[in-house]
Amino acid sequence: MEDNNTRIIEIHDVSKIYTIGGEEVRALDHVDLTIGRGEFVSIIGPSGSGKSTLMNIIGCLDVADEGEYLLDGQPIGKYSEKELARIRNKKLGFIFQSFNLISKMTAEENVELPLIYQRMSVTERKKRVKEALERVELEKRGKHKPTELSGGQQQRVAIARALATNPSLILADEPTGNLDSKTGVEIMNLFHELNESGNTIVLITHDNDVARQARRSVNIKDGRALEVD
Amino acid sequence: MIFQSIKMAWKAISSSKMRSFLTMLGIIIGVVALVVLVSIATSATSSVTDKISSLGNNMLTAAISDDKGNPLTLEELNELTDYSEFEMAAPYGQASVTAKYEYNNDSATIYGTTAAYYDIQGLELASGRFLKTADVENNSYVAVVSASVAEDLLETNDVIGKTISLDGTKFQIVGLLAEDDSLTASAMNSGMKIYIPFTTAARLSDTFSDVSSFYIMAADEDNLDLAEAALTSYLLSRFERDEEAFTIVNQTTIQETMASVTNTMAIMLGGIAAISLLVGGIGIMNIMLVSVTERTREIGIRKAIGAEPGSIMLQFLIEALVVSLMGCAIGILLSVVIIQIATIVAGDTMTFHLSYGVVIIAVTFSLAIGVIFGIYPARKAAKKRPIEALRYDG
Repeated sequence: MEDNNTRIIEIHDVSKIYTIGGEEVRALDHVDLTIGRGEFVSIIGPSGSGKSTLMNIIGCLDVADEGEYLLDGQPIGKYSEKELARIRNKKLGFIFQSFNLISKMTAEENVELPLIYQRMSVTERKKRVKEALERVELEKRGKHKPTELSGGQQQRVAIARALATNPSLILADEPTGNLDSKTGVEIMNLFHELNESGNTIVLITHDNDVARQARRSVNIKDGRALEVD
Repeated sequence: MIFQSIKMAWKAISSSKMRSFLTMLGIIIGVVALVVLVSIATSATSSVTDKISSLGNNMLTAAISDDKGNPLTLEELNELTDYSEFEMAAPYGQASVTAKYEYNNDSATIYGTTAAYYDIQGLELASGRFLKTADVENNSYVAVVSASVAEDLLETNDVIGKTISLDGTKFQIVGLLAEDDSLTASAMNSGMKIYIPFTTAARLSDTFSDVSSFYIMAADEDNLDLAEAALTSYLLSRFERDEEAFTIVNQTTIQETMASVTNTMAIMLGGIAAISLLVGGIGIMNIMLVSVTERTREIGIRKAIGAEPGSIMLQFLIEALVVSLMGCAIGILLSVVIIQIATIVAGDTMTFHLSYGVVIIAVTFSLAIGVIFGIYPARKAAKKRPIEALRYDG
């Protein structure tokens, strides 16, 4: 087995139970999953399989009802909302299907936002924003608002926002779902580049073609995780 | 963080200018109402009390209601001034008469008094002279008239030497009083006034046959209480030790009463204005609740990328505060302008001053309103669960 500090995610026996109409539904059923540093893992499954629930737990947007989840060696158990917010801020970079940029802010301001919540100094923030936008080749679009950018550009701004904090883990939820296939390929290429330069990426998708591009795939079905070869 | 929150709040406010302005309008109107009304009321207060103290703080007014069949005479009143506590005394009685000049006639109030009245009341002459002691001793048929008598009855300012008839008795005008155009004077004692010697008045009407009320001036302004005590003991011994037989009113008491009346008015007006400020606060809460709902997705994004609940709460609270304080600032500026205009319009009669006390109250109140009405929407925003907020479709 790998050394402890090479593991970003350790999920042991995690379950998430919802009660719908008086009936218990196990969205996640005793899931075990370990992801190492520098890996590029795709989590694949049809809608309703529980992959969104898994992503919410990995992303510290939600906590498990049963089992143990270690992020970067840190147990995400009974943390308060405030502590979870800090962990999301420092350790995670989110990329969403619908980009989720704040429409009133320019690209630069969107990228800067997580750094503001880190209480970083202005000069450091400006430097990081510049670096992140250069990384996604959008340094010339910094003053534009999301509505003035194409879908692919918006997703790249979102990636820059995720990169700006140097997170331990990049969590992408259907990042190509709202893009045409050509732009989707460009975004996937960007993910490959990021992975090659050392970023750990977890990609959630229902698209087998997208999933296959990752070095490792995990299939979620009826709340259970299965490795795909 | 606070600075960043202010920046964010400013961004949110300026991105929907019309809505922010309308929300602010409630606070603006509330602040203007509060500041202007209270400033005007306090300006009136100081004007009234200034007027009263300009009459002198050393005056006592006595009224005898039961003379026990032994009325006070003018001689006795004059003897009173021999006491060291008193400077001078003047009787006064008033009655309504019909005044006639040539073909004009009008109703007027006659005041029967003595020469000392002029100093005690602080009157001012435009021309001629006031009543003299000789006029009183000789029962002269002379009169001093107020400016409105000259204006309305004689229709000229050149009145000295002219003869008017009061209830059929002819009087020669010897003096014309200056026009007192201050707001308080016109409110308190306007109208047709004619001053005649007390003794002459006694022949005209039974009201003046004896001294039933008089003004007396204390020798020492600081010892008005001493003078009041001396007068009380004199009148007690004069009227069979009956405390109910007379009343003495202290000038200071009148001043205090007037001040308390106008202060009560200021508080009442301020209270009403404060209610409108409160309504403005409810407007802020309303719009903040709408804003929180509209921006659910933004809140979700912010939370996902690491905003703590406290940061979200601060952001919305500061937004409410910026709206209320900006409204307050605009309101105060507007109040200054309105008070300036009011002073110009009122002309010489009155000057209005911005009351700094009420400005402080307005700022404090607006701050409190921003916090009180901002805290609920801000808490609501802070408590939103990130997963649900991200899924929200506005």
